[in-house]
Amino acid sequence: MKYYDEYYDKKLCQSIMKKIKGLTAEEMNIMEVCGTHTVSIFRAGIKNLLPKKIHLISGPGCPVCVTPISAIDHLIALARMEETIITTFGDMINVPGSSSSLKKEKARGADIRMIYSPYQALEVAQEFPQQKVILVGIGFETTIPLLANVVLEAEQKGLSNFYLLSLAKIMPPIIEELLQSQEVKIDGILGPGHVSAIIGSKPYQFIPEHYHIPCIIAGFEPVDILWAIYLLIQQKIKGIPLVENQYTRAVREEGNPVALALMNRVFIPVDSDWRGIGKVAASGLDLKPEFSQFNAHNFEVEVETTKEHTQCRCGEVLRGIITPLQCPLFQQVCTPENPIGACMVSSEGTCAAYYKYSNE
Amino acid sequence: MCLAIPGKIIKKINPQEAEVLLGSIKKVVRIDLLPEVEVGDYVLIHAGYAISKINPSEAREISKAWEEIQS
Ligand code: SF4
Repeated sequence: MKYYDEYYDKKLCQSIMKKIKGLTAEEMNIMEVCGTHTVSIFRAGIKNLLPKKIHLISGPGCPVCVTPISAIDHLIALARMEETIITTFGDMINVPGSSSSLKKEKARGADIRMIYSPYQALEVAQEFPQQKVILVGIGFETTIPLLANVVLEAEQKGLSNFYLLSLAKIMPPIIEELLQSQEVKIDGILGPGHVSAIIGSKPYQFIPEHYHIPCIIAGFEPVDILWAIYLLIQQKIKGIPLVENQYTRAVREEGNPVALALMNRVFIPVDSDWRGIGKVAASGLDLKPEFSQFNAHNFEVEVETTKEHTQCRCGEVLRGIITPLQCPLFQQVCTPENPIGACMVSSEGTCAAYYKYSNE
Repeated sequence: MCLAIPGKIIKKINPQEAEVLLGSIKKVVRIDLLPEVEVGDYVLIHAGYAISKINPSEAREISKAWEEIQS
């Protein structure tokens, strides 16, 4: 496949690795804030090949994982309403809530359907006009314009049975939150490539300007990731931190203006709750008041009081403070078949990635 | 969840939809976010939507890396 295979070139990867080894003198913590990067890094075995002094830390970049238990409980309450169909991306259905999960609700008869594209929610709404069809709106900037498009299309088609429960979150505020908290020393950020395809490279300027840390926007194939790591080390040595774009084939400085315009037309920033992190100001998006007829937050449902699993350390994993290996439940009690926390459910969750790749 | 894969536009069906080739598989995707794409363009596809056009003149990551490695 063009624009794919060449980014797996073994010889080039080995040559970059050599360059990295030649440069590495000091300890360096690099955070990949995108869950898709986490998976690529594990799949390519990059962690084990890097010099011991380079530490890759996974951040809060898995949308399923950062969705708090209270939101899962809210979804469960919505799924229990009469004449309701919940449409959701696959992983969400396995995430444990306080006492149930969407999977358990489905087994009890709730109509919950897995979709791969938000557009399919509209098709379901058209097919079942008597039912309330709720789209579970999780995702970062990569996915949010798709949600916006679907809402506008529902309006255009005059659909009165389509609703969005927006749990959308945006990246820059959470990166800032982590850098500000200084819970983990971060020396470089591997910037999320597909979020950046939408928002461009400018929203990351605060990283070098306020925190004096380099940020390299990176693609997802092994050559992309290794080269971005090389550039991060190089910048650290030079001591002049910048936002640099490694993923030039897909990311422009201005992002995707059509997608950004759609996002701004449909959504407004709201404070948002992140699992294990808490409320972060203006880090989420909800529908603007003029789209309130589509807003599933307006259904009055009784949501149970949140009960967190006291031993699950997902929150610390998402903040990069510990690795899953430091969680006593990891592999012993918590496995992909019996997940205790969301980080073990999603294929992009850090716990799931550690589980899968440390057992291979 | 931010996975996106490259595909080649092989037919524009209407202003909202195009047929793409993903490896050897043909699929219909939404092009609402990239209204200007043309047949022959490569795009990144995420959850059934083309989200970014791959810019051939900017797809120099490989040659740039080789140049710098050999320098
Ligand atoms: S291994 Fe399981 S219990 Fe431990 S932090 Fe990860 S998801 Fe939570």
